[in-house]
Amino acid sequence: MTSLPNLPIEGIPSGRTSRETRWQSLLGTDRSDRIYRRILTAFALALPALMLILFGVLFVNALPALKKFGPSFVVTSTWDPVAEVYGAAPMIFGTLASSFLALLIAVPLALSVAIFLSEFAPRWLRQPVAFLVELLAAIPSVVYGTWGVFVLIPFLRAHVVPPLKAVLGWTPFFKGVFYGNSLLAGGIILAIMIVPYIAAVSREVLLAVPTSQREAALAMGATRWEAVRSAVLPYGRAGLIGAIILGLGRALGETMAVTMLIGNRHDIALSLFQPAYTMAAAIANEFSEATTDMYLAALFEVGLILFVLTIVVNAIARILIWRVARGAAIGSKAL
Amino acid sequence: MSRAFGRHLMSRIMTTLIIIFSFTAVLALVLILGNLLIKGASSIDWAFFTKSPVPAGQTGGGVANAIVGTGIVVGLGALIGVPIGVGIGMYLAEYGSGRFGFLVRFIADVLNGTPSIVIGIVAWTFLVKPMGGFSALAGSVALAILMIPMLARTTEEMVRLVPHSLREAALALGYPRWRTSLRIVARTALSGIVTGCLVGIARIAGETAPLLFTALGNLNFSYSITQPMQTLSLQIYVYATGPFDEWHRLAWASALVLMGLVLIISLAARWVTRQRYGSAR
Repeated sequence: MTSLPNLPIEGIPSGRTSRETRWQSLLGTDRSDRIYRRILTAFALALPALMLILFGVLFVNALPALKKFGPSFVVTSTWDPVAEVYGAAPMIFGTLASSFLALLIAVPLALSVAIFLSEFAPRWLRQPVAFLVELLAAIPSVVYGTWGVFVLIPFLRAHVVPPLKAVLGWTPFFKGVFYGNSLLAGGIILAIMIVPYIAAVSREVLLAVPTSQREAALAMGATRWEAVRSAVLPYGRAGLIGAIILGLGRALGETMAVTMLIGNRHDIALSLFQPAYTMAAAIANEFSEATTDMYLAALFEVGLILFVLTIVVNAIARILIWRVARGAAIGSKAL
Repeated sequence: MSRAFGRHLMSRIMTTLIIIFSFTAVLALVLILGNLLIKGASSIDWAFFTKSPVPAGQTGGGVANAIVGTGIVVGLGALIGVPIGVGIGMYLAEYGSGRFGFLVRFIADVLNGTPSIVIGIVAWTFLVKPMGGFSALAGSVALAILMIPMLARTTEEMVRLVPHSLREAALALGYPRWRTSLRIVARTALSGIVTGCLVGIARIAGETAPLLFTALGNLNFSYSITQPMQTLSLQIYVYATGPFDEWHRLAWASALVLMGLVLIISLAARWVTRQRYGSAR
């Protein structure tokens, strides 16, 4: 096939120049075009505005609590609406503990699914399993919660807790009576919930790894696993870490299923069998009970901490993912 | 040769391990869906779809009001969210190559993971507190905010798939840019955009947290968007955490209906794109 020479004629889009310059010659030529651009820009402005509004509203409403308690808010364990003393340490602890427990369980499973789907699975199996994983991501949080309450907790009580206790009962993490609604139950339901997110994003990251990477490794005589470990995973590492952090962001902000399973107690207990609390669960449970202004402000401050935390976590995740797949909306459909 | 053997053994072991782990993860889904189907299906009868809830302690009753409420709250949320989300997506695809586009894209991706409960309390501050009461409208706005970032990104992706030659052909024929954008580019990407919208709707249909302090829930039929309204997700939350066996039965049934709804919308989303790109895959 022969191609025509790329003549640099003014105003005519040429096939080789970058996208922006090609369009630039056509921009602003027509009044209706300018109006169209302005309308779309107005839409686009809504997004940064939304972010500022979210932050602003949380900040302004949290102001009384911010002023009164200062930094001690995040290290105090007292949560006493009657005495008007609020400290979010147990919730922050519970949020982090349940999320990391979830990651601990979910990461090996999710990465396996991603590697399996992009590297090992026979072609006919890839689409159906990928669809199943997306379906898992589509199950509403409250449905997970219902399943957790009626199926997961009885199952844990009967089949998981006794052996755990027998083997690891001497460690502080598995001490005491199993409460049912506990850090363990909350962490496991979170794990089940974030597996599909991490798997879906990691799979897309791995699919973005050039085939030549694999071919090169296999041509050097690497086994299939060695090709994955030495050529595919390192290439996609930033994106995979991004996917995991994205899952962490999900777990931190997840509300309904955790509220239904974690026990909702303002207490820091090391044992996974004890009830705990998360920031999202505290807002869900207590927001409508918050009768005094300071109570409300304290809950808004919890919301503010949660918002900033997830924004930071998500931003880090996105930067890492973008490093592998530049600017692609990876996982946006699954999330 | 034992070194080569060891390497191949390692490869086998890791492959098997990965398959076992994948199987475990997929098994979780099968288990949840299986439980849902068994426990839910046995609780569903005709009254479930046609009646409103009965007072606590009595048996019978249904969630007709919640099904209608879900339709209204989610529909209104989509009505608000879809134009904005698609508009932002069009901007990103058409003009988003500059610094501002980069910023908007980044914010969309970051907001995509914002805890929905946070959006719920912000919507409460704007639409419940000043108006003096919970309303379905406030719930819809919260859901709309939730779906906008996701929609923006999927729309952008879909519009970017449209071949440049198509734009160039339209522009070469003297079409103004905005008409090219709307009549050629957006129309070509339409099935993809619709898919994105449906996926977004499926996602907000199952949301509970942003509705807790906005739509609140309602035991009776309500069609007024300025009044509290029941949705399936809220109903499940109340029933599953309540003390009565009858409520638990209804929670399973409602969960099955909600899951079915989400599933149907998700499948519809796939079906829409299959129509257009079916042969290309």
